[in-house]
Formats: sequence, C-alpha cells, structure tokens
Amino acid sequence: MISEALFFSAVLFTIGVVGVLTRRNAIIIFMCVELMLNAVNLSFIALSRLHGSANGQVFVLFVMTIAAAEAAVGLAIIISIFRHHKSVDLRNINLLKG
Amino acid sequence: MNTLVYTFHFYLFGLIAIASALAFVTRKSPVAAALWLVNTMFCLSALFVMLDAQFIGAVQVLVYAGAIMVVFLFVVMLLNLGQASDVTDIRGLGGRLTAGLVGLAMLAELFALSRLHFPRLVGAMSDHANIVNPVSAPLFQEYLLPFEVTSVVLLVAVVGAVVLAKRGDNVS
Repeated sequence: MISEALFFSAVLFTIGVVGVLTRRNAIIIFMCVELMLNAVNLSFIALSRLHGSANGQVFVLFVMTIAAAEAAVGLAIIISIFRHHKSVDLRNINLLKG
Repeated sequence: MNTLVYTFHFYLFGLIAIASALAFVTRKSPVAAALWLVNTMFCLSALFVMLDAQFIGAVQVLVYAGAIMVVFLFVVMLLNLGQASDVTDIRGLGGRLTAGLVGLAMLAELFALSRLHFPRLVGAMSDHANIVNPVSAPLFQEYLLPFEVTSVVLLVAVVGAVVLAKRGDNVS
C-alpha cells in the first residue's frame, strides 16, 4: 500500500500545483497550498509506515501546526488586501510587477 | 479476504480524494471549492487511519477539516465572495440520484463492515491498545525543542493575524 499512497500523494500534490498556477482567486490558491501540504502529509505517513517508526507522524503534526499558523496569517493578509483593492483577484494585485 | 477489503477501501478513499481534489480545483464558487476540499481531507484522514496513523487521522479531521477550513469559509463569508447563484445551485435529477446512490452504497458498506471482522492491519506498526503513545513519546522527548518553538510560532501567527486584519487608522 505504500506505493499506492505515494502515488495518491503525488497526484494530489500535482492537482494542488495546477490549482495554484491556474486559479486567480487568492483564497482558492491558498486552499490549493493546503491541499499540497496535505499531500505531503500523506507521503510522510506512508513513509513512516514503511520505516516502522512514528517520527514521520510527529512531522505531520508539525506541518499541521505550521499550516494553521500560515492559514491565519495568510487570510489576514487577504483580508487586508481586500480592504485595499476591493477584490481578491490576483490580476489586480500587481504592485510589485516589474 | 481481509487484505482484499483493505486494498479495496484504500483505493476507494484514494480515488475519492483525487476526484474531490479535481472537483475542488475546477469549482468557480469558493464555497463549493472549500467543501470539496473538506471532502478530500476526510478521505485523506481515512487513508491515514488505514496507514496505521489513527491519531493523525483524528487530528486531521479536527484541525484541517474542522478548524482551518472553517477559517477559510469564514473569510469567504466575511469578504462576501460566495456568489449566491453559485452557492445555491442544486444539481439536476442526475446529480441527486448519484448523491443518493453513493450515500446508500456507503451506508450498505458501513453495515457490511460492521458485520465483518475488520482486518487487523498487515504488519501493524504500533500497539493497537495505545495509538497515541508512538506519536507522543518522540514528540515530547526527541522533538521537544521543535514542539516548544512551534508554540511560539503559533503565538506569533495569532498576533500577526490580528495586527494585519485590524482596521488601522491610516487605511488608504
């Protein structure tokens, strides 16, 4: 089952990358990042099962905590961007574009 | 037989997760996308449980599907982004029939599984009597410093979120 889990993880990660690259709504892009983190978590769990040690699961806990922190800060940034631009469409947010 | 059941469900949850992720990426409405992502996370939680990480599976449901996605939906609601036309779309007869069939199939499966002697996972890593101990022992011994640093990170994130989202006086 390890190889299947790694396969699912790779597919989910790819879907997340596709979402980040193709969508324009900042919130959806953010959710795609969460999906990618989840895919990596699946890899961690599968490989921790392969090695027969729970250290991978500990790392998954860390990843989840950091994801929660990232969601809080990122959504706060999105709210503040929305106040400024009145939209979360990334086409409008090109202040740093060269 | 038991291995077959295990393999079947592993593939089932994996494929549902991938299908939900595809639906999530292709939805226009942020609310629908978020709900599909919740579905993906539930399936991933099932996969975690099947991979002998029961505690992580429970935490996945609590933290990801419970907390993080609620924050996302809250922000969608706060910014008024879930267009009403997209949110309230009720699919046609085909969609409802499919939903009913899937629900019935899952119920039937649940009953069948509750009668079946559920397989003991092949080559189980942890003692099933105690599923938290294998995770918590390294967390509080080997990785104690990262654990403490994580709490500081969370504190910083909370303070940062409040500072960033606060309506300042000099908002342009």
